[in-house]
Amino acid sequence: MKALSQKRRHPLAAIALLLMGLLLTGGLYAVATTVNEAKASTTSFSANDTEEGGKLFAANCATCHGMGASGTKDGPSLVGVGAAAVDFQVGTGRMPMQMNGPQAYKKPAQFNDEQTHQLSAYVASLGPGPSIPEEGLLDAQGNAAEGGELFRVNCAMCHNAAAAGGALTRGKFAPALADVSEKHIYEAMVTGPQNMPVFNDANVTPEGKRDIITFLKQIEANGSPGGADLGALGPVSEGLFVWIAGLGVIIAFTIWLTSRTS
Amino acid sequence: MSATSTANAPAFVAKTKGGRITDFVDQRVGGSGILREFGRKVFPDHWSFMFGEVALYSFVILLLSGTFLTFFFDPSMAETHYDGSYTPLKNVEMSVAYSSSLDISFDVRGGLFMRQVHHWAALLFVASVSVHMLRVFFTGAFRKPRELNWVVGGVLLILSMAAGFTGYSLPDDLLSGNGLRIIDGVIKSIPVIGTYISFFLFGGEFPGTVIISRLYMLHILLVPALILLMIVIHLFMVVVHKHTQYPGPGRNDGNVVGYPLGPVYAAKAGGFFFIVFGVVALMAAFFTINPIWNYGPYDPSPVSAGTQPDWYIGWVDGALRLMPGVIGDFHFEYVIFGQVLTLNVLLPALVPAGLVFTVLFMYPWIERWITKDDREHHVLDRPRNAPTRTAIGMAGFTFYCVMWAAASSDLIATHFHVALNDVTYWLRALFFIGPVIAFIVTKRVALALQRKDREIALHGRETGRIVRLPHGEFIEVHAPLDDYKRYKLVGFESPVPLPAVPNEHGVVTRKEKRRAALSRFFFEDRVAPASPAELEAAHGHHGQHEVESAEAQKTLSH
Repeated sequence: MKALSQKRRHPLAAIALLLMGLLLTGGLYAVATTVNEAKASTTSFSANDTEEGGKLFAANCATCHGMGASGTKDGPSLVGVGAAAVDFQVGTGRMPMQMNGPQAYKKPAQFNDEQTHQLSAYVASLGPGPSIPEEGLLDAQGNAAEGGELFRVNCAMCHNAAAAGGALTRGKFAPALADVSEKHIYEAMVTGPQNMPVFNDANVTPEGKRDIITFLKQIEANGSPGGADLGALGPVSEGLFVWIAGLGVIIAFTIWLTSRTS
Repeated sequence: MSATSTANAPAFVAKTKGGRITDFVDQRVGGSGILREFGRKVFPDHWSFMFGEVALYSFVILLLSGTFLTFFFDPSMAETHYDGSYTPLKNVEMSVAYSSSLDISFDVRGGLFMRQVHHWAALLFVASVSVHMLRVFFTGAFRKPRELNWVVGGVLLILSMAAGFTGYSLPDDLLSGNGLRIIDGVIKSIPVIGTYISFFLFGGEFPGTVIISRLYMLHILLVPALILLMIVIHLFMVVVHKHTQYPGPGRNDGNVVGYPLGPVYAAKAGGFFFIVFGVVALMAAFFTINPIWNYGPYDPSPVSAGTQPDWYIGWVDGALRLMPGVIGDFHFEYVIFGQVLTLNVLLPALVPAGLVFTVLFMYPWIERWITKDDREHHVLDRPRNAPTRTAIGMAGFTFYCVMWAAASSDLIATHFHVALNDVTYWLRALFFIGPVIAFIVTKRVALALQRKDREIALHGRETGRIVRLPHGEFIEVHAPLDDYKRYKLVGFESPVPLPAVPNEHGVVTRKEKRRAALSRFFFEDRVAPASPAELEAAHGHHGQHEVESAEAQKTLSH
């Protein structure tokens, strides 16, 4: 304490004080602005990750997204989309995009986990955004019933009540959600990829998101209690099935029954 | 025959115990007389005649499985919290109706199987009724004396759709609730009285608290009773009219060629019931239908993607989907004297269905008026031998199918990777031009098939044997048909256009002129069946003899 008071007249004391003040306000501001974002990550990126990611970005992404991810007419700026967006888009193979179109299709991922991590680090370094969710939210151990209600109210109008997917306008679509990893489901909710709206933590709390993931994983694990689910597409596949298979088998029997006498 | 007896032979005493019991019963109910009458009823055998039976058997399955379901279903819309075995819905607020449907699915032994039997049988019921009607239409079985039975069949189709729809709504899940909401919208679009009807049906504003129990009463009481009544009338008329038969040697409008009901046909029909039941049971055991647990309880706010009705309501849903909200600047919604007239709901919901059912019910009389044909018909037409009727049927069928496809436009878009908007534009175009194309193509195909038949009847079947005649000409040898096959190709009626004739006052009325124009439209490009004279002539001059004589010469010259 004595040392501090002795140095208070030091020529650099004012600068140190200024620095401390700036750090404090900046830090508070950063906390205040990201409090509504799905920031739940403890994932840390090293400087090396960021550097390597930058190289990968320049080689693979900058054609459309521009150098420094500032965007071109072919691709949006990625400043502030956060690590979660990169992890989702690259991790599911949607980016790099196969071709221009209404919507990017899921395909085998082009980058391995490490490279995806590096790209995420680079984009995260450009500006604050949703980060990769922490493990605790992805354990699918929440309340499935609550998750189901949230899903029906927020998601079913595009993804279908049984998460079988659905059509949107002009070639866009909401994909089926079976076999999508917990992490990617969470990231999609916080970043709103393609045509999906963002469900930030004020809309659906992290706990709610965990419940939704629990619901999706539970109905996936439950399978179909009534037998083959025919794509879980509802009355259309049921109708096709009864006309083609049901009536088809019965017609085969009618032909058999009448074949001997005619 | 000797085991049965009548009251007129009191001296008869059966030898066996079984015989004595049978005789006792028979003397009191007169079963043998009924059996003698019905057992000798002759039915022609053809696979396409069995769809009515499939429908009847599906209905029996529906009654049996439906009765089981009533033991456990509670049609109440009171609120409850789910407390059954399906964890993704644990403690969720829902209606008692939905909760009891879930209990049937998960907590009643065999309940899910019975629910699936009931639902699959319902889909099969309407499907077999539809195929049966198509068969009757395309073979001309609706002609005199069966016009009224055709109407009864049409009523049965509507009733089966009503039974299906009322049942579809009962579980009170999200999917069926969305369907009810659409019906509510359609009802409310009816000018002036729509809102009143809706409030009357739902007991207030949608969804209210009474609609499920009301639909339940309709579904288990009124609609099945009406269906049963109509089936009795339908079958009674079949017995009175006797069954139709396909054309063939020895078959005419005065006889029925086939097998008697007893014992062969009765055994077959009885066995067929179990086959249909077996097919339905297998479907129910291995393929899920209407997984209500996926959809969640009904709540007016969420609407799931991919919400469709069961297939038989699909065409009406499709018409609604095809209707544009606005065309350019043209709106379909008007406010007249404070009443909102919503044509973009009213038109697609009522007009196509009204058109299809009006033509369906009127068709026997339309054709009767055009052909002036008042004879009884018990021999069916092969579809190709009535080209215009077949073409009209296919046009109607296409019209239906375009709307039907439109009900699954979203799934067409996602599964074939095309844009939903493009699917809608294409189907809108097909809605108008599809029936026209279908009419032209079908008529041409039917006429071409008739020409082929005529060619084969006159010149025989192509054998692929090429013979060179002495003067260098090559001909293909045609093998003559046997008489049975030829009969099938030439034994049909081909009406000629009936010109307009004056009435008793010597006046050709405008209506009569219209009729004559339609008659021309129906029959002007007919292909006449080969007449006996033509057949004779064809055999006289045909190459057959030339080949034979040439071959004879060849052997001589060796």
